[in-house]
Amino acid sequence: MAVTVSRESDSVATPTQRALKEAFYAGAIALGLFVLFIGLKTGQNMSNELVLTQRWGLLAAVVIATAVGRFLYVAYGQPFMANQKIANVATGLLPASVGSRFFTLPAFIVAVVAAVLLFAFNSSLAGWVGAEPAGYLQFLRALAVIYLLACVIYYFRAFIHANFTKLGITALVLYPILVVAVLSLNAWSIAGGLQGSLKWVDNFGIQILIYVMLAWGLNIVVGLAGLLDLGYVAFYALGAYAYALLATQYGLSFWILLPAAGCMAALWGVLLGFPVLRLRGDYLAIVTLAFGEIIRLVLINWREVTNGSAGISGIPKVSFFGLVTFNVSDPNYIAKVLHIATSSAYYKIFLYYLILGLCLLTAFVTIRLRRLPVGRAWEALREDEIACRSLGINTTTTKLTAFATGAMFGGFAGSFFAARQGFVSPESFVFLESAIILAIVVLGGMGSLVGIAVAAMVMIGGTEALRELDFLKQIFGPDFTPELYRMLLFGMAMVIVMLWKPRGFVGSREPTAFLKERRAVSSSFTKEGHG
Amino acid sequence: MAGTTLLDIKGVETYYGNIRALNGVDVTVKEGEIVALIGANGAGKSTLMMTIFGAPRARTGTITFAGTDITQLPTHEIARMRIAQSPEGRRIFPRMTVMENLQMGASLDNLKHYDEDVEKVFTLFPRLKERIAQRGGTLSGGEQQMLSIGRALMARPKLLLLDEPSLGLAPLIVKQIFDAIRELNRTQGLTVFLVEQNAFGALKLATRGYVMVNGNVTMSGTGKELLANPEVRAAYLEGGHH
Repeated sequence: MAVTVSRESDSVATPTQRALKEAFYAGAIALGLFVLFIGLKTGQNMSNELVLTQRWGLLAAVVIATAVGRFLYVAYGQPFMANQKIANVATGLLPASVGSRFFTLPAFIVAVVAAVLLFAFNSSLAGWVGAEPAGYLQFLRALAVIYLLACVIYYFRAFIHANFTKLGITALVLYPILVVAVLSLNAWSIAGGLQGSLKWVDNFGIQILIYVMLAWGLNIVVGLAGLLDLGYVAFYALGAYAYALLATQYGLSFWILLPAAGCMAALWGVLLGFPVLRLRGDYLAIVTLAFGEIIRLVLINWREVTNGSAGISGIPKVSFFGLVTFNVSDPNYIAKVLHIATSSAYYKIFLYYLILGLCLLTAFVTIRLRRLPVGRAWEALREDEIACRSLGINTTTTKLTAFATGAMFGGFAGSFFAARQGFVSPESFVFLESAIILAIVVLGGMGSLVGIAVAAMVMIGGTEALRELDFLKQIFGPDFTPELYRMLLFGMAMVIVMLWKPRGFVGSREPTAFLKERRAVSSSFTKEGHG
Repeated sequence: MAGTTLLDIKGVETYYGNIRALNGVDVTVKEGEIVALIGANGAGKSTLMMTIFGAPRARTGTITFAGTDITQLPTHEIARMRIAQSPEGRRIFPRMTVMENLQMGASLDNLKHYDEDVEKVFTLFPRLKERIAQRGGTLSGGEQQMLSIGRALMARPKLLLLDEPSLGLAPLIVKQIFDAIRELNRTQGLTVFLVEQNAFGALKLATRGYVMVNGNVTMSGTGKELLANPEVRAAYLEGGHH
């Protein structure tokens, strides 16, 4: 009782009263914070004088939005979350009552009809209702599609949960085929479908998978071995430049250079590892950060070799083990070999499967290593270095292998990146990239492959999807470019995930040791250890 | 069984920077013995424990284990000589399950005797078996201590070092743990060197004991002798109740 005395006033007020009070405070704080940021704007007029623009309307809108948001959160959000927490303990999912009320069959049918109609008449919409409403209708269409997906996931959640890995891999393998099929149907021609698939396979598929691979590689260093590495992009850069230089200068094939780039990056991983062996946590982070910058600065300034900021262009394409190539002029160009129409989409689809294969390799190696002595030593090292040593584990080699393995996958991803872009420059390997990869690992849940893949999909796919939100231009004016806000959204997403799930999307780790039968992973075993 | 010297510490001096923590310590542990080292806070007991493991390293003096000079060996090499340790503060792996913690203890042999040894540990500490799939960090203090000792035993040690196994535990749990140590010594002839603040329990358990004050070993003798010694009684036993 003694503890609750100070909160007496809270418990007396009804949630609505409390919400009103908190909304008022939130509005007041927002007013105080934004009165100078948003209420006033400085600019220059034609004669280069400083002018002060007053934007009280916008300020009022922001303050009201804050207050309303706080009101809704306290009055409805918090009770709902409290309920959900209770449901979580039992099922780990949304409370069934909430889910089945939200995902109903009539709503599902309405969403299907709306989505189909809006897709079918997409091109003629603007003519009928004008540009601005058409923008909103596109937004509605996106909402309908998201709702449909959520419905499917909700009703098949048990099945999806049970077969997540298989379903995920199947979906990834079928993805380019589905994209081409759907777009071909839409355009009534296979050529049109192939052309349209470029964006979906390249910007979404390949882009996301590159980050999945990088994040999985970094996961070995940060998630498993617990060594905070802020300079991971350096290994990515090393792999990319290794392929770019050796392929353009010596004409070596991708299939020789891929392992070579991996080995090179691993070697540098060991070289970085040696001086930082005694460092941990913040100190290690600073040194690795510096390492990343050193590599980038060397790439900029060693002009004789790297061609400086101008970068290296004309990097040869990957071929299918030399049997089939993707250069139109070659005699064994894929379209000539298979007697099909020429299209640039073949190369993108090939690259998609290549990076998918590399990702699966990374995942396979990570999963296998976790069950081997070295992988277990990594995890133990993350937990307690001194205990590790007193159990006879050589922490020096353990750390170096973690750095080397992580760096190797970064190198693989780098050489793939160079082959895909056909051009590399130091600009692609700035600190921000390291930060994004690390953010994906942290958001996904350190050590969890599935969580990291989901985080990469949401973060990278989300920022790519921002480019698709053309209807926002109708609302905010033609100057509005949503992708400029991606870092803001990235940051917001991180804050939200860290508040909601401080250990990332998948915070639990699967144990690797069992009594007698080490293979049997019964659900009772994996459920334990939550919390 | 008893007789040959297993661990021989001669004139060891250890420094933290310029501060001398051990002033020429001599301790011997013979095979099959339980040797207790008692002393007040800051006497240097744990420092001696850690010096045996090479971190911090002894500046002068020698540490010999089974005839091999281990003074300058790296920590993991010392562990590979089959010296296992349940360190101060237990230092279990908090996010790993009980089974994984035990598995880490068996890293030396690459899990060759894993299944067999796990059963032995569970016979010794049945409580651990109930907690197999639980994370180490969620165990109670007593269970963590059992896990720490169990993990050390998984390495099939010739010498087990225990640093304050009774720290922060309820008397009943302390008794369980001391009983387990006695059991190990009797049935398997395991040599144990333990550091304790709980002087009464430790000396009752021990074949021989050493008393440490300010980095010096001031007294030694059999457990019974030390228990009966008026100085020891005045300094470590009376005042506390047992």
